[in-house]
Amino acid sequence: MSEHIQHLSGAKFHAQETKGLYEPVAPPALGATAERSSKHNIAEAAKIPYFQQWREAAHQIKRYAISNLDKLLVQFERNLSAKGVTVLWAEDAAEANRLVLEIAREHKVRSVVKSKSMLSEELELNQVLSDAGIEPVETDLGEYIVQLAGQRPVHIVTPAIHMSAEDVGRLFAARLGEPFTAEHEQLTDIARRHLRQRYLEADMGISGCNFGIADTGTIVIVENEGNAGLSTATPPVHLVMMGIEKILPSITYLPVFLNLLARSGTGQKLTTYTHLIHGPAPGRRMYVLLLDNGRTNVLADMAALAALFCIRCGACLNACPVYRCAGGWAYGWVYPGPIGAILTPHLVGLKQAGILPFASSLCGACGEVCPVKIDIPHQLVHMRHRAVSEPSPARSLTEQFTWMLWSWFMCGPRRYRLAMWAVRLGVRLAAWLPWHPGKLGAWTRGRQLPRPPKAAFRRLWRQVESDE
Amino acid sequence: MRSSGWPHAPREDSPPYQRGQTVALFIPCYVDQFYPQVAMATAKLLRRQGVPVVFPQEQTCCGQPAFNSGYWDQARRVIHHFCRVFRDYRWIVCPSGSCTAMCRVFFEHVDARQEIVSVGRRVFELTEFLVDILSVTDTGATFPHKVTLHSGCHGRRELGLLEAPLTLLRNVRGMTYCELPNIEECCGFGGTFSVKMPGVSLAMGRKKADNIVRSGAEVVVSNDVSCLMHIGGILQRNPATRHIRTMHIAEVLVAGVD
Repeated sequence: MSEHIQHLSGAKFHAQETKGLYEPVAPPALGATAERSSKHNIAEAAKIPYFQQWREAAHQIKRYAISNLDKLLVQFERNLSAKGVTVLWAEDAAEANRLVLEIAREHKVRSVVKSKSMLSEELELNQVLSDAGIEPVETDLGEYIVQLAGQRPVHIVTPAIHMSAEDVGRLFAARLGEPFTAEHEQLTDIARRHLRQRYLEADMGISGCNFGIADTGTIVIVENEGNAGLSTATPPVHLVMMGIEKILPSITYLPVFLNLLARSGTGQKLTTYTHLIHGPAPGRRMYVLLLDNGRTNVLADMAALAALFCIRCGACLNACPVYRCAGGWAYGWVYPGPIGAILTPHLVGLKQAGILPFASSLCGACGEVCPVKIDIPHQLVHMRHRAVSEPSPARSLTEQFTWMLWSWFMCGPRRYRLAMWAVRLGVRLAAWLPWHPGKLGAWTRGRQLPRPPKAAFRRLWRQVESDE
Repeated sequence: MRSSGWPHAPREDSPPYQRGQTVALFIPCYVDQFYPQVAMATAKLLRRQGVPVVFPQEQTCCGQPAFNSGYWDQARRVIHHFCRVFRDYRWIVCPSGSCTAMCRVFFEHVDARQEIVSVGRRVFELTEFLVDILSVTDTGATFPHKVTLHSGCHGRRELGLLEAPLTLLRNVRGMTYCELPNIEECCGFGGTFSVKMPGVSLAMGRKKADNIVRSGAEVVVSNDVSCLMHIGGILQRNPATRHIRTMHIAEVLVAGVD
């Protein structure tokens, strides 16, 4: 029973897995695929002369939307209700899960088909449904693979990016009893055969939502496999799970976002399918569940507002050299990569996820590719500042003391010279030591130390000046 | 290569440089202490263009290590010291893209007062000062070696700095420029990141080292010695890559001009 309650409260933060941010354990296939995809997408975007203007436009539209959430969400609800859609609001995962189970109970749901929704990962909805005796089936191929493997997605757009075709072939052989194959076409064929019947049997379809349009009350879902179309249209009940930040003020703005999302996410001009859902078909039921789950925490931090502009394209993950090394699970929660490193601490709290903003060399590759121009590298430093100022695993009195000492030494030339003399002496002595402790050891385990010169520049310069 | 597209922090270009105006050198602490030859080359380069150079001896650090680690109060104190030292100089030149970015972009994050921000905006990275402000594209250097450029991320993405060092390198006599595969990729140094997340940092650095080997260069040049300290440290560990040297771009740009 106690476990059940824990599941109801949403996905837990896997602190143990963040070790992968220090010492990477991700399979090299993940990094190679992410890199290839990033390069391809950047090259495609570069072909568009006004791509930078699109990004700027999207940034401003999102800024408007997030700054006016209160009005837009109410307008959105009103327009949805007028079309016969039931709109529900949930503050956190526990409330959302309770509402989903209530809907399921009301419609006597026994099986659910799900199209891709990272929000449902925040709720650990699959577990919650299973615990309640309802069978959830993921229908996005990547999600289906991950579900069969009993894993969590490693990427927000391509959940099984860490697996090769051989891995998938072995998995299908073991879990579905199919003959082994590593042919992409045959693998998708197997998945299709196994999933097709599920759509017909399902009592409810659950989907995410890429954009919720306030002025028309439209749910926009983009996809490439047709599974979202099937899971939202086939079952008699359709439940949309939507984070409150997915709102767009007007349908006029949709095209620029469809372009940016497809190009930045998968390097396509547009996704194969774009669904604009304007309400339930006759005789069907449709629910939209609007979830906060920590998003309003971001609103309380004006400097971090842009973290809510994210359209979940995954471009920053693919571009990030740390993500490529560390993989998705190392970020401990639902959203990996640079966006996860700034968003997760807001959503689950710095107390748990305070270490994430430090998993970056601040190279800025993420900010360069972000289609809505979130200043991710600056956000990372901002969140670091918060992580060492507020209760969090990154906060350390020793470190604080060290930096205080450092700043004292750096505030006067005499103190500076003294400190630097000690540092140079230390580095010189370290060359004679067989073993290096702490941070010094972290450096020398793979790199030579620089050899300190006889004199610092400031002394040499005095010499130059006196010679002249 | 495409620019980041976000607005780069403003740089105080005008009023333009007048002949004879003094330039204050800002020499980052690690350059001062570990790579004095880089600072010497920087001074030499500027003087060769007829620029009077001074080095304010009270200078220490730009505050970046504390700032990037999240300790903004401690960084602020050091930034205030920096601004006291450089307050009266119109032109401040620094042989590091990363430290220049700290001054120009990030001072504002910890203290948005005009007197702080305006000092930061008067800091120029060496190669951008040469190319954009002095309109120098040929320093007269001769360097008959196979060279590749590692372009530091902070300089390139925060300051939009890639063309300036390339322009200067292209005009060096006798030099063979080797294209670096994945030039836009971070080397994994990242300041304290290199010792906080050493496993990832090293994996990134080794990848960079592989690309340097693939480029065929015998010298890796950069406008950030901090990256080179990490890259060079990795190259030296491996007997197969020990022969590849690392040099700051200023050292190359003064080579053979005496």
